[in-house]
Amino acid sequence: MKQTRPLIITGGRVVTPDGVRPGTVRCVRGRIEAVGQIEAQERDEIVDARGALVAPGLVDFGVFAIDKPAFHFGGITRAALMPDQSPPLDHPARVRFAAASGKPDFWVHPLGAATVGLEGAHLAEIALMRDAGARAVATGRRWIADSGVMLRLMQYAAMLDLVVVTHAEDGGIAGHAAATASEMATRLGLPSAPAEAEALAVARDIALAEMTGARLHLRQVTTRAAIAMVRAAKVRGVAVTAGVTPAHFMLSDLALKDFRTFARLSPPLREEADRRAVIEAIGDGTIDVVASGHDPRGPEDKRLPFADAAPGMAGAETLLAMVLTLVRDGVIPMERAFDLVARNPARLLGVEAGELRPGAEADLALVDPEKPWVVDSAKMAASAGNTPFDRQPVEGRVTALWKGGVRVGG
Amino acid sequence: MADASSKFIDDLGGTSAVARLIDAPISTVHSWRTIGIPQSRLAHLRLVALAEGKAPPDEAAINAEREDLVASRKTVSPAPAPTPGRYPPGGQAFPHRSLLGIGHLETHEILYLLDEAEQWVALNRQPKKHTDRLAGLTIINAFFENSTRTLLSFEIAGKRLGADVVNMHAAQSSVKKGETLIDTAMTLNAMRVDAIVIRHGSSGAVQLIAQRVDCPVLNAGDGQHEHPTQALLDALALRHALRDRGRASSDGMLNGLKVTICGDILHSRVARSNILCLQALGAVVRVCAPPALMPAGIEAMGVTPFADFNAALDGAEVVMMLRLQNERMEGQFVPSAREYRHLYGLTPERLARAAPDAIVMHPGPMNRGVEIDSTVADLSDRSIITDQVEMGVAIRMACLDVLTRKARGVEGWA
Repeated sequence: MKQTRPLIITGGRVVTPDGVRPGTVRCVRGRIEAVGQIEAQERDEIVDARGALVAPGLVDFGVFAIDKPAFHFGGITRAALMPDQSPPLDHPARVRFAAASGKPDFWVHPLGAATVGLEGAHLAEIALMRDAGARAVATGRRWIADSGVMLRLMQYAAMLDLVVVTHAEDGGIAGHAAATASEMATRLGLPSAPAEAEALAVARDIALAEMTGARLHLRQVTTRAAIAMVRAAKVRGVAVTAGVTPAHFMLSDLALKDFRTFARLSPPLREEADRRAVIEAIGDGTIDVVASGHDPRGPEDKRLPFADAAPGMAGAETLLAMVLTLVRDGVIPMERAFDLVARNPARLLGVEAGELRPGAEADLALVDPEKPWVVDSAKMAASAGNTPFDRQPVEGRVTALWKGGVRVGG
Repeated sequence: MADASSKFIDDLGGTSAVARLIDAPISTVHSWRTIGIPQSRLAHLRLVALAEGKAPPDEAAINAEREDLVASRKTVSPAPAPTPGRYPPGGQAFPHRSLLGIGHLETHEILYLLDEAEQWVALNRQPKKHTDRLAGLTIINAFFENSTRTLLSFEIAGKRLGADVVNMHAAQSSVKKGETLIDTAMTLNAMRVDAIVIRHGSSGAVQLIAQRVDCPVLNAGDGQHEHPTQALLDALALRHALRDRGRASSDGMLNGLKVTICGDILHSRVARSNILCLQALGAVVRVCAPPALMPAGIEAMGVTPFADFNAALDGAEVVMMLRLQNERMEGQFVPSAREYRHLYGLTPERLARAAPDAIVMHPGPMNRGVEIDSTVADLSDRSIITDQVEMGVAIRMACLDVLTRKARGVEGWA
């Protein structure tokens, strides 16, 4: 469905990279035409934002399932799909199919599997996948253990100018751990691994990125030690970016109490000091991206003993509300919140979206940042309700959403 | 105690020596210290003493002593239930529906279970060891992980209380056919059982099942999390051992007792439950393991960690050795069994570093010659390993009795 009639949103507070200010956004033929103090023209469809935020649609970097109702609830108009599908996205045809699977009202940007079957041994057909629509390559849920394979992957991706998205956990240390080695894991008797498994993987991948010139995106950095390495690498000018999901700045491993499998995540929840380090890193710009990691899992995966349950959370609906807590706590200003969930991930993917500027795709959300609601795992739009934030009161909700200038669900 | 029998055994060189001389199991000889040497063995032992050049037994004293003991045992009646007034009335004394872990219990609730178990210790020492207290009730022992001792102990406990006990072995069950744990639990629930005893290889699995069934659930070991009846039976065995040594405290606590737990702490649910239980009873706990087998943050549980076993033993009044599983001493965590013994085996020389009368414990099954030397395991005056097994039945009887009181409509509990 294409936009047939110009759309003008008035009376809102427009979120731009430089700040939030009252203004108007006009969209024509699926693109933003102008932002600022502009007048409606004849035949324009006029929407009065009534003081709400006019923000870019969210770009969710790294999801495991295409779950449109959840994404639309959360104001997400594009998502980078992890290659961990069944079968994995390691073939151009599968990438092409995935890239088209959400249109028209939701765009999927597949991340191609870096290695065949995500097994970490043989490079997949990365260039062919790129031309089929892969926006980056990813190692999947696990790291690539063989540093030689990782080096060659980085060299190859650098040549193709594709971002390499890695899972930063040393598999030899992480093993089958279900928790971070800590008092909590010890009390619960859960198989656990030291948090340093992350720093080790980050150190290696940064070294390889520095060596090859490849662009490296660490999908989740969750520990103080790993964050310090990213911070230092950025100072040296290494092309490294880092992401995190709200679970790691909202929750510590205390959430594992009573063996709650909705808090079983990968990487596992960390200790409180690491949670604080993540918040600090978001504040100082070391962390560039906050993503949902959306991975809806039903009872067959979650109603199991903790270590036997599958990791992952349904996060699309709560992504924005959780990021807005950082604004309310004074960690970041409002425009930076949308850098984290829209502009920065869009730039990583190389798509013309994620910010309100003339020429960009008209993916817009009206956001009431104060609207209160309660997360309820029994009433989620997602295909499963595995949220670690169940029963938590939050603020901030998307009230209207446009993809390419066309109202979603409207 | 059978003093005359004990003296003769000591004259012959102690329990192990006697066992060796007459080719009898050590536990048998050990039991004679309590029940007296049977007449049928006495003639043999007289010849042994002669051959070894030792003093002959005082047969008259031994026979008289044994008869006294037999007579007194016939009149033993179950000890009265815990002192009235010491615990909250009725069901308030133990307000939990299930026994999931020591971590859920208050100190007075632990004491209550220990005190309740005393009557079953007494009953189990009688020739006729049966009551009908749980008659008509069905108990399922659902063991998703292999077990011989714990399963047997629970089975005996249930049967001595008169319940119908059914054992379910995971190896033969529908679990192998892919049925989920929850479905298995709901199936058991639908069979209207009155208590379920569960062992499972995953931490938290027992709690998960307890949320889904209508009857009491007893944790017989879940992953690396808890094994509450083991900790309770260890506390009871310790209490008896201290009583035998004239060191029992009037309040049943273990205040200030220095306990060293050594072995695979990381993978041990026995260690976790014991740390919680011993500390609740006032003991001071040290844990000792090679770094790879020591869990992170264990200090936060209030214990002092050691890597050096000799240092950990210094002045210890109780040494509790844990089993090291065979697959963990083949290079993954520990280079070899003999290297483990070299650093962490409880040898007579090492035991000498502990307090002079230190008590030796092991939850079993033992790797003799690895974590514990046979000579130490069989020291009749130090090792209470067989007492632990004995107390296990009594503790499990107490737990089954207490947890089914509500369903049985016991006054004050229903």
